[in-house]
Amino acid sequence: MPRVTYVEYNGREHGIELEAGLSVMQGAIENNIPGIDADCGGECACATCHVFVPEEWLAKTGTPGEQEASMLGFAATAQPNSRLACQITMSEALDGLVVHMPEAQH
Amino acid sequence: MDPAEPGLVIIGAGHAGGAAAAFLRQYGWKGGITLLGEEPGLPYQRPPLSKAWLKGEATAESLLLRPARFYAQYAIETRLGTTAVAIDRAAQVVRLGDGTALPYARLILATGAAPRRLGLAGEAFANVLTLRHAADADALARVLGPGRRLAIIGAGYIGLEVAASARALGGAAVVIEREARVLARVAGLALSGFLAAQHRARGVEILTGAGVEAIEGRDGLATGLLLQDGRRLGCDAVLVGVGAAPNEAMALAAGLDAGGGVAVDLAARTSDPLIYAIGDCTRRPLPLYGREVRLESVPNAIEQAKQAAADICGRPPPLPEVPWFWSDQYELRLQMAGLAFDPAEAVLRGDPDSASFAVFHLDAAQRVLAVEAVNAPADFMAGRVMVAKQMQVAPAALRDPAQSLKDLCA
Repeated sequence: MPRVTYVEYNGREHGIELEAGLSVMQGAIENNIPGIDADCGGECACATCHVFVPEEWLAKTGTPGEQEASMLGFAATAQPNSRLACQITMSEALDGLVVHMPEAQH
Repeated sequence: MDPAEPGLVIIGAGHAGGAAAAFLRQYGWKGGITLLGEEPGLPYQRPPLSKAWLKGEATAESLLLRPARFYAQYAIETRLGTTAVAIDRAAQVVRLGDGTALPYARLILATGAAPRRLGLAGEAFANVLTLRHAADADALARVLGPGRRLAIIGAGYIGLEVAASARALGGAAVVIEREARVLARVAGLALSGFLAAQHRARGVEILTGAGVEAIEGRDGLATGLLLQDGRRLGCDAVLVGVGAAPNEAMALAAGLDAGGGVAVDLAARTSDPLIYAIGDCTRRPLPLYGREVRLESVPNAIEQAKQAAADICGRPPPLPEVPWFWSDQYELRLQMAGLAFDPAEAVLRGDPDSASFAVFHLDAAQRVLAVEAVNAPADFMAGRVMVAKQMQVAPAALRDPAQSLKDLCA
């Protein structure tokens, strides 16, 4: 199963296995990883699953859709490599993915 | 943890209760956690019940907040199909429907809210439904479809979302609303008008200013409504969506400060230092507006679950949040942030005819109180920031499509 590592703002790492087809947000929720709230349950409505994707993974995770980009534009700590974790679907190609969490989701 | 030691008990396995259990473990609670739920299943997402679930686009598994293995992995004991009947504060136990008593070191009330009823005799007909639980949604799904006409009493979010789902499934829907407009209690004039027009354009009949005199039927089934003005409407089933009342009878009986919701502070503490309350059953302070409010929403359930878990685990309280809500109807994505208490002015940004616009509600000092956005996620996000900062914004700037909201927020 592909693996993904979540890095909390304080540097603490959480490595998990995540079934292909599930979102990176779901992986965090199902493994009780701090730092991802996911208020809306994956509807791309709340921007509380904001993560940063390292440069080397950006090509594989793809670019944000229109709705996602609009939401991220106003996230407090948005950077060019910001994504909403509910919009990144796990796949074999993403095996080894690392995402970093912002200081807060609100 | 010592199984003989009383642990933390959560009454209610909805969104709030399920989230609290998870946050407690995240924040380091080492004692036992028992999650009591009246429904037969594990905590699940309720918002899709009126939308994706009705339309057959979700599975029971996809609705689960967390998979079944989660509860075993984090030592959260789930006791489902279990009713709590009383809180004995002196003995520090919860009395259960089966006659047993469950001791607690800390107690979290996450009892939710229950659909209000109209008080009409006809509500006892088998096809007069409400929507709160997955079982309700299953019953509702069975009466929707081509050739079926659903009468919906109440044009709130539940009523309008179900009307949209009924149409998507090829059935007819008629919405009866006592107030002069749809969403009268929760939306501004512009959004109400826009949504009513959208529903009518898609074949939903909407009758406003209309009271229901009786639900008529035979052989145990409703066949139509008699309105107070004498009109009769035929239907195959009825959905009553006239709001919800907090489940606080147990809290009241136990002598906690309650009434219009269990009273809590910003750490979700009730008037008993060992007892917390979270989610739809609570009445909470909202410092942003200097008021106490009862919020029925998933974000509020999660925020209060965090407040309670943080306080119990001795962590600093979470950052305050702006209340927000969302709804999906047809291809319309509605996102609302803030609450428009005593609004002085509503400022429209964008064009409702393009089905992408936002309404900003300002107070007399031109501070942003709330935003309602339709297919305008950036406006929603900007509005949320403005509400949080209690920003004063010139209406002309908000109205001007050339004015970047990002610059205004900076």
